[in-house]
Amino acid sequence: MTDTNTGGDVRLTGISKTYGSFTAVHPLDLTVPQGSFFALLGASGCGKTTTLRMIAGLEEPTTGTVFLGDKDVTDLPPYKRPVNTVFQSYALFPHLDIHENVAFGLRRRGVRSVEKQVGEMLDLVQLGDYARRKPHQLSGGQQQRVAVARALINHPQVLLLDEPLGALDLKLRRQMQLELKRIQTEVGITFIHVTHDQEEAMTMADTVAVMNGGRVEQLGAPAELYENPRTTFVANFLGTSNLIEAAVAEGRGAASDIVVTAGGGTLRLPADRCGAPTTTGGKLLVGVRPEKISLVHADDAGAIAAGRNQVTGRIVDTSFFGVSTQYVIDSPAGSGLQVYEQNIERDSRLAPGAEVVLHWNPAHTFGLDAAQDIQAGVETVEDAT
Amino acid sequence: MTATLTAAEKTAAEPVVRTTATRKRLVPYWLLLPGVLWLLVFFALPMVYQASTSVQTGSLERGFEVTWHFSTYWEALADYWPQFVRSLLYAGTATVLCLILGYPLAYLIAFKAGRWRNLLLVLVIAPFFTSFLIRTLAWKTILADGGAVVGALDALRVLDVTTALGWTQGDRLLATPLAVVCGLTYNFLPFMILPLYTSLERIDGRLHEAAKDLYASPATTFRKVTFPLSMPGVVSGTLLTFIPASGDYVNAELLGSTDTKMVGNVIQSQFLRVLDYPTAAALSFILMAIVLIMVTVYIRRAGTEDLV
Repeated sequence: MTDTNTGGDVRLTGISKTYGSFTAVHPLDLTVPQGSFFALLGASGCGKTTTLRMIAGLEEPTTGTVFLGDKDVTDLPPYKRPVNTVFQSYALFPHLDIHENVAFGLRRRGVRSVEKQVGEMLDLVQLGDYARRKPHQLSGGQQQRVAVARALINHPQVLLLDEPLGALDLKLRRQMQLELKRIQTEVGITFIHVTHDQEEAMTMADTVAVMNGGRVEQLGAPAELYENPRTTFVANFLGTSNLIEAAVAEGRGAASDIVVTAGGGTLRLPADRCGAPTTTGGKLLVGVRPEKISLVHADDAGAIAAGRNQVTGRIVDTSFFGVSTQYVIDSPAGSGLQVYEQNIERDSRLAPGAEVVLHWNPAHTFGLDAAQDIQAGVETVEDAT
Repeated sequence: MTATLTAAEKTAAEPVVRTTATRKRLVPYWLLLPGVLWLLVFFALPMVYQASTSVQTGSLERGFEVTWHFSTYWEALADYWPQFVRSLLYAGTATVLCLILGYPLAYLIAFKAGRWRNLLLVLVIAPFFTSFLIRTLAWKTILADGGAVVGALDALRVLDVTTALGWTQGDRLLATPLAVVCGLTYNFLPFMILPLYTSLERIDGRLHEAAKDLYASPATTFRKVTFPLSMPGVVSGTLLTFIPASGDYVNAELLGSTDTKMVGNVIQSQFLRVLDYPTAAALSFILMAIVLIMVTVYIRRAGTEDLV
């Protein structure tokens, strides 16, 4: 019975891909446990799609091995691998109707009576009435569901999804995320999902691997990645982080907290939330998520509870989002600090130009190695398109 | 005073607006005009003229007049049916040969040529830089008696087989059906390759990947995805080859003999040598009708209108 536990694991060992002098994927070890919803997250060109294509067999790895369960499939052509892909552009066959598109894989494997299975699969993706339509007669969301059905009907050991929701508008994308999650829970097949949308990765996947420059930067559960980023790239790419350049005043010692100075003030952070070396006098990047920070007007600074990290500054910009307000604050510790405040009780004094104090629980502070690009993973307007 | 003025202004302005709108609506027709005139003068009128010729009787000395003599059609068909059959057979064979030769080449250019693609396409149309007649005459040299091709085929005993099949005679290639079909195939090959290339090139490479991902071997991928998606190219390529080839007379004239005359040769000689204009016109219309019926049936059966 141990076989069923590891039978569907995807194991990549030392896998890499180079095109001429360009390295798309650096040697990579990765294990995706059977039945999990795994996301490969990264900006375009980070090697996530290449990794996925190597699992599918559409790309030949330069080095390394691909295991499905205990079987080495590195040299198997894609049509001999028990793996199916949902392509970014869906790649539905335009000359076949929906029924035949979905039946394609079954027919190739010589399954005689496909009618029942195809019907059930189309019902699963709620397209039972569209069986005789051609792909171009369907909307983007419907085509996407056909692509999922066409892959799933083969009961692959692993389903690979290459940015499957990229072409859909925001609302439909949210709906399809839930839909895919529901299907995955229902069929229990391992899903490997490639995406550049961090929100999509976090809402859908059990485990997220953040990729950057052909390497996996960090791997873990979404909440773990969000709360404990280990690199500036992960801190900036997953959500938003305020990163403050600080000097270590009191390194790891008897106390469980590390004390740093930044912009004339002192900040504390738990030693177990800092992966970087902390020699006294050395540099450290101190991070805190915008929603963890509370904001009070400088006049009320006395009311802040003792023991909280405090930074003074001035509001330079605010934007109102309805449920919350975003503040941008310049301070001696760093410029452009971001704060998200829930709109529970709005303080009318918190307007651009106001002197304010930012304060937060030290437990929500993390420390990063200062020898990295502080801007890594910050999305520019160009990336967002 | 002001009110009357504005009213006057309005009436003055309205026709101007209307003229611009009318002009805009007429623009498509003006754009159509040159093409329509061209077709009218150089296609429709000659067709009517030929149609009337085909039902005339008389002779060159006494002159021709319309007598609604429809039996010219039956007589022409009765006299020249072997040439019709031969035309369709030769054109059909040449079309099939073009498809067999052209498809792999178009496939190679579309999917495998990489940076050589444009060069190869230029090479495909390069023969057009030379006149049709000269190219066909060149084939006369290639297939000449005692030439290298004849020698090689003879040595390989291929000629024995083709002679047994009735495609060649003895140790000759020239003046045989095979030579005519070879000429037709050669001359119309680019008309097959180009549409095939266009439709193959349009196929999204990800469809091949999707087929492979769904357990289709390369051969099955071709059979179930690539070939069906290239059908528009196959249909237009075969039409562009078959239609002109069935009316061709140059290849049969230069590479064939009296036993390989096609309908085009008959029409040509009726018009220019025998000077029996009604029969020549009737033959032209019969050929047109046959080709039209065949093409209609073919397109219906190929069912390409469903393809995107």
